[in-house]
Amino acid sequence: MIGATIDFALTSASWSFADLSPMHQRQRVVAFIGALTVVIVVFELVRRRKLREEYSWVWIATAGMVTLLGLNQDLLMWLTKLIGAASSASTMFFGAIIFLMALCIQFSIRLSRLTHRQRTLAQRMALLEEEVTELRRRAKRSAPDKAQRSDQKGEVA
Amino acid sequence: MSPSTLLVIPAYSESGRVGDVVRAVQENAPGVDVLVVDDGSPDSTAAEARAAGARVLRHPFNMGYGTALHSGYCAAMRGGYDRVLQMDADGQHDPKMLRHLVAELDRGTDIALGSRYIGRQAPRSSLARRVGTRFFSWIASGWIGARITDPTSGFQGLSRRALESVVNDGFPEDYPDADVLVQHHLRGLVVREIPVLMHERIGGLSMHRGARIAYYGYKMLLTLLLMPIRRPTPLRSADTVARTSA
Repeated sequence: MIGATIDFALTSASWSFADLSPMHQRQRVVAFIGALTVVIVVFELVRRRKLREEYSWVWIATAGMVTLLGLNQDLLMWLTKLIGAASSASTMFFGAIIFLMALCIQFSIRLSRLTHRQRTLAQRMALLEEEVTELRRRAKRSAPDKAQRSDQKGEVA
Repeated sequence: MSPSTLLVIPAYSESGRVGDVVRAVQENAPGVDVLVVDDGSPDSTAAEARAAGARVLRHPFNMGYGTALHSGYCAAMRGGYDRVLQMDADGQHDPKMLRHLVAELDRGTDIALGSRYIGRQAPRSSLARRVGTRFFSWIASGWIGARITDPTSGFQGLSRRALESVVNDGFPEDYPDADVLVQHHLRGLVVREIPVLMHERIGGLSMHRGARIAYYGYKMLLTLLLMPIRRPTPLRSADTVARTSA
């Protein structure tokens, strides 16, 4: 069913994109340099421990995809026809936008989880702090002399 | 033995007001333990509340009204209280009305909701707020099957059953209003409104102001819309907050 739909999309779209040309040599070089830069920056960030490995793979995979499409023009042309883009360069842009959106959603999910964990930690800390204060107060009230002595000891230490 | 009761007062930047509120509560509701939850105020809210004789729970940073309430509920669970009362720290809620909330809980109600709109002259509020309140009252009333006039009211009393219901990870962090009431109803708890007297704010800022009103409307609509099909949260962290390990 899906295959038939894609076939139909390709055949019906092919007439209007008959003049599709592959990416210019210069565009391919720029895409390749861009991908290489991403790989170098990501590796460096992981080396400096500023980026965790779990977040790095998405960037490396994207750089790999850009390189693959830059090298394999047939694949890029096929993809361009599939999505009905006007030129192979806009296919690359479309891919970039999809990638950024996916990344943003992933970050939002992680942020939601982190916010919840942060809230739990802060609440638990506040409750424990209040309980410690209350216990200290009770201890002082029940044995004021002893508490005073231990306070003085603490000050000396 | 009368049931043990904790009054939770969430407070943010209420210095100059919170001390009077705590003292007024102690005068009007003897035998009720008072817990002020200071939601990361930069001023002397916590110190004033403590000096007035309240227990104080201090959030290390501001986390929102809903989270402050939730911390209070967790403290009540940890302390083994039978019921919880809640009121605002800005002087809007009259402590003399607390006994009406308690009386309603005594009648077997799980959530006694103090409404400023039943049979009394409500304090002035903005048009956007009035429209929002009317709209969400309509939705909450339709869902619950009883007339709810003031779903945004923070003047409430909760039974132990209701307390166990609100101590969960899904409790809203910002505006726990109509959505929480509907959740209570869906869990089989009895929600009833009673008329209470509310005053104008003495000072400070309302959390329902400016662009926040628009966000409030959006958030409440989305929550109510998704409520029938929403999954329970997979995070089980509230259990570790609300229950002591011993």
